[in-house]
Amino acid sequence: MTTDVSGRPAAGKKGKGAEPVGDPFDRDVLPTPKGASRALLRSLLTPARGRVRLAVVLLLLQQAAVQAGPLLVAYAIDHGVPAVRRHDYGPLVAVGTGYVICALAAGLLQLAFVRLAARIGQGALLDLRGRIFRHAQTLSVDFHERYTSGRIVSRATTDVESIRELLNDGLQELMGVLLSVVYVSAMLLYLDWGLGAAAMVSFCPLYLFVRSYQRRSRLVYGKRSTAIAAVIVKFSETMNGIRPVQAFRRERVNEADFRLLNERHLRANGAVMLEMARYVVSARLAANAALAAIVLWGAYRVASGGLALGVLAASVMYLRRLYDPIDRLGMFLNAYQSAAASLEKIAGLLAQRPSVPEPAGPRPLPERPSGRPGREVVFDGVRFAYRTGGEVLPRFDLTLAAGRTVAVVGSTGAGKSTLAKLLARFYDPTEGRVLLDGVPLRELSGAELRRAVVMVTQEAFLFSGTVADNIAIGRPGATREDIEGAAKAIGAHDFITALPDGYDTDVRKRGGRISAGQRQLVGFARALLADPAVIVLDEATSSLDVPGERAVQRAMRTVLRGRTAVVIAHRLSTVEIADRVLVMADGRVVEDGTPAELTAGDGRFAALHRAWRDSLV
Amino acid sequence: MTVTTTTTETRPPERRSAVRSLLRLWPYVRPVRGRLVGAAFVGVVASCLGLVIPLALKWIVDGPVADRDPSGVWLGGVVLLVLGAAEAVLFWVRRVLVARPLARVEADMRAALFRHLQRLPVAFHDRWSSGQLLSRGTTDLMLMRMFLAFPLTFLLVNATTIVVGFVILLAQQWTLGLVLLAPVAPLVVLCWFFEERYSQAARTAQDQVGDVTTIVEESVLGIRIIKGFGQHRGQERAFGALSERLRATELGKAGLLGTLWALIMVLPELAIGAALLLGVVQVADGELSAGTLVAFLSTALALRWPVESLGFLLAMTNETATAADRFFEVMDVAEAAPGPTSPPGKPGAQDRGLRLDGVEFRYPDAPPDAPPVLRGVDLHIRPGETMALVGTTGSGKTTLTALIPRLHEATAGRITLDGEDVTALSRERLRGLVSVAFEEPTLFSASVGENVLMGAEGAGESDLKRALAVAQADFVDGLPDGHRTQVGEQGLSLSGGQRQRLALARAVVGNPRFLILDDPLSALDVHTEAAVEAALREVLATTTALVVAHRPSTVLLADRVALLSRGRIAAVGTHHELLHGNEEYASLMSGHEESEGRERDGGSPR
Repeated sequence: MTTDVSGRPAAGKKGKGAEPVGDPFDRDVLPTPKGASRALLRSLLTPARGRVRLAVVLLLLQQAAVQAGPLLVAYAIDHGVPAVRRHDYGPLVAVGTGYVICALAAGLLQLAFVRLAARIGQGALLDLRGRIFRHAQTLSVDFHERYTSGRIVSRATTDVESIRELLNDGLQELMGVLLSVVYVSAMLLYLDWGLGAAAMVSFCPLYLFVRSYQRRSRLVYGKRSTAIAAVIVKFSETMNGIRPVQAFRRERVNEADFRLLNERHLRANGAVMLEMARYVVSARLAANAALAAIVLWGAYRVASGGLALGVLAASVMYLRRLYDPIDRLGMFLNAYQSAAASLEKIAGLLAQRPSVPEPAGPRPLPERPSGRPGREVVFDGVRFAYRTGGEVLPRFDLTLAAGRTVAVVGSTGAGKSTLAKLLARFYDPTEGRVLLDGVPLRELSGAELRRAVVMVTQEAFLFSGTVADNIAIGRPGATREDIEGAAKAIGAHDFITALPDGYDTDVRKRGGRISAGQRQLVGFARALLADPAVIVLDEATSSLDVPGERAVQRAMRTVLRGRTAVVIAHRLSTVEIADRVLVMADGRVVEDGTPAELTAGDGRFAALHRAWRDSLV
Repeated sequence: MTVTTTTTETRPPERRSAVRSLLRLWPYVRPVRGRLVGAAFVGVVASCLGLVIPLALKWIVDGPVADRDPSGVWLGGVVLLVLGAAEAVLFWVRRVLVARPLARVEADMRAALFRHLQRLPVAFHDRWSSGQLLSRGTTDLMLMRMFLAFPLTFLLVNATTIVVGFVILLAQQWTLGLVLLAPVAPLVVLCWFFEERYSQAARTAQDQVGDVTTIVEESVLGIRIIKGFGQHRGQERAFGALSERLRATELGKAGLLGTLWALIMVLPELAIGAALLLGVVQVADGELSAGTLVAFLSTALALRWPVESLGFLLAMTNETATAADRFFEVMDVAEAAPGPTSPPGKPGAQDRGLRLDGVEFRYPDAPPDAPPVLRGVDLHIRPGETMALVGTTGSGKTTLTALIPRLHEATAGRITLDGEDVTALSRERLRGLVSVAFEEPTLFSASVGENVLMGAEGAGESDLKRALAVAQADFVDGLPDGHRTQVGEQGLSLSGGQRQRLALARAVVGNPRFLILDDPLSALDVHTEAAVEAALREVLATTTALVVAHRPSTVLLADRVALLSRGRIAAVGTHHELLHGNEEYASLMSGHEESEGRERDGGSPR
């Protein structure tokens, strides 16, 4: 088999507790507290308060420099020309100098602003990405089982990207446009209040067009993003499942389905472009009509002697500047809208509180008496139910003696995995407490807990990097000897050395075909290296063949000797090494004893065990 | 195999002709060529109208205004209005002309990509992550549509506008025209230069975003491991370093962009300033009319955007060429040969059943010195027989099963079904004969029933019931909508064991002649496993089957067992024969050391 680069391993074992219909997770709408997205934005920009103020000042100055041009033109025509005719070059030199200064100032201020804005924006994005990442890490396993990895990835990428686009280009242009509207209106009013007032009146229809476009485009954009999402799901599902697709000759059916989705997207896409065309034509028509009307009136007044020619020329230039960015305004508004939607989704994610919080005042574990590597585990009046109501484990008490290996068997849904997750504190019990050498797990710091308790699960995920890196996750800073030692002890050394670059084989590169069973061995080597007092194995040998499983058991008997171990298994072969076996059904322990006792009895375990022994002969 | 591209991150060679890449789009663009040409024509006309507006302005200033003739102004106003309206309408026409056709081009290309990818061999998909393929099917295609809608048209339109504009300027007053023309050449060169560097930085940033995405994805997929080992700090550090690197790249990008914009802003302004001074002197000397100066400055203003845009239009063109390369990189991979490649032989009696002769396989991307995964596999499964396939982890069992429905192609040797060479059958027919349950059960976004029934064309409700019964998938009745419940990515998620049972039901629903089961019971608990085995026995009695097995319990489903070892079939026999006669097999099944195993087997016969 191959390493699956993008494919997600089974999305956890959920579906046990029936989710209520209309669960916010299914629709990807986590409740966002009111005003949370605004508060988030504010908190991102607060550290850069000074820079933001400076940026506003720079932009104000820059726009002033830009908008001075036509004013200088007016001055040149109305005052420069007559002065030159009188052989007075003073005004002309003044205009020339002014023009050069304004041009240079506009350019330099622009450069300074872009750099400053980038610092602000990138700082905020760095902060935001980090917050999403750290927050996702602190959220509990039960959250991740419901909120799929794809969603967190799109929060940290697509959504951050749309905010980046807004911060990088959109906001700056939008502010530029708004500022220039203010400046230009002021200039026009200053040049001639009549022309200025006329220009301002022309904003009314333009404003209405923008508003109507904003309203209508939200609709068509929404349709388009729904359509493309459907296309994406179908596309990636097909490519991720290409084996069954080809083996079951689904190509044609898929093509028909895909055509339908693709056509829907095509129509939505066309509608978006047509909506834009509608907006552009109406805005342009209004702008050009306003321009014609204002020029007409101005020219009429110049002709009848009521207005200087230079003023008219400057007004025309200003008006064009005023109306030019209208087309683009539509696009900025879209960027703004999608960024607002993204911000809200991110705020919703960040508003989730971890259901397994770190203790405020952590307690240390007691020192272990020398020569006793394991710790005692006590479930004290523990009950566990999903927050949606389904009870998984009814109230029970259970003590696991230090240094003993306990096997837990039972059918799917019996509550074995939940038991393991409570012990590893992936969940907190609904009632009661889990104690490790007398200290409640809730009161242990994360680091202390993880040093003491390590859980190895069925899904042996490999991180990008080398095989050695992946094993070293168990104990960062471990030497190569330690790593190889762990791999040898678990029986993984042979297959690793057979890889193209041995321990330095990149698990994501070619040649790195690592089977499910081999991945599980790497997971074990990791756990071995971590050297915990309590080890929890949740179906951790399911993909191993029998010799692989034996090697793991041997390692547990030697390397992990004396540690407290909880082994959950479908396979009875695993149970042989246990000191004690718990048989679970419907959340309760129904049989409890040594393997020998249970085998000799006439319970479920005995029946299963007989069937298994029979198959070996 | 015919696959030539080997890694998912192949960078296109740095020096490649953008034009040549873009010309490859022609077959897709051909159907809409008329519309595109029409749109470009309309664009040129609209843009030229924009240039005429200043001339009308000049006419107003030098005519009625200079003559102090207020009534004459009206005509000018009407002309301006008509020109403005025409410009706006032409903008609209241009967009409307191409909106739907270009959406169609995008959709057609996407459909072609989807169709092609579905027919590429599994070996291709092993090497390409679906994310890489998806980005070709979405972002890259959108980029190409946008290119056809804007840069392609506007490169033509703006170039024409610039030429026409400067002809107008030079015709009016060549000295002033030359002053304005001066910054054009350096501007285009500078824009080109900066856009080149900028798009390099943008590519770097894109790759770095990819790295950040990977670490986010991994840290979520591996959340149990990270939490289990308390490793979140290490992940955070790695993440922090990557995002800090991305920030630095983004700041560099902003610096480049800022410099570029500053240049774009300053250079033409300086030229306009110079033209203004020169113009004022000329007007004062009476060489130039005031109207001409006004028109001049307006025209210069109108030409700023076409000149400024050339840089980023060229950059977008470059980017689109890269997107086109990425698209064709996948489209150029040859589909697996569809038709018969060897003449069908007359099947003899000894050929009935499933037969493998000297089958060899090596992965197309394996290093040349690596030994093949399978080297000379000979195996004969008699009609109606069930054969278990046993071997150590990584011995190539799954690979072997993939060769039979030709998900992978054997590199040498022959596989026959009832005497017919699998390469002589069309894939369609072959895969109708052979049904597979995969080790990793995949469900699609559809109802439970649809997921199962995709195993057989024309199977009905009763077949569905029977298949679900065989797989002991009675949990289906407990789902909210029974077998109509939606599952998969967009529906209810099922546990591994539940998915595995549905995959099994899918494999048996069509009563296939040949059945391949890859460790079909691994995720089931002991009780369910026993029940499935009992039901499966009946199905297996009537089909020729190959069952990959890790456990004795699964092996017991089979009539005979084949042991795969070092790329060959090392032994074939019944479970009991091999258990007693083959040390490797005994160790695989019982897990005891070989000597220990013999003692035990000898000591406790049951």
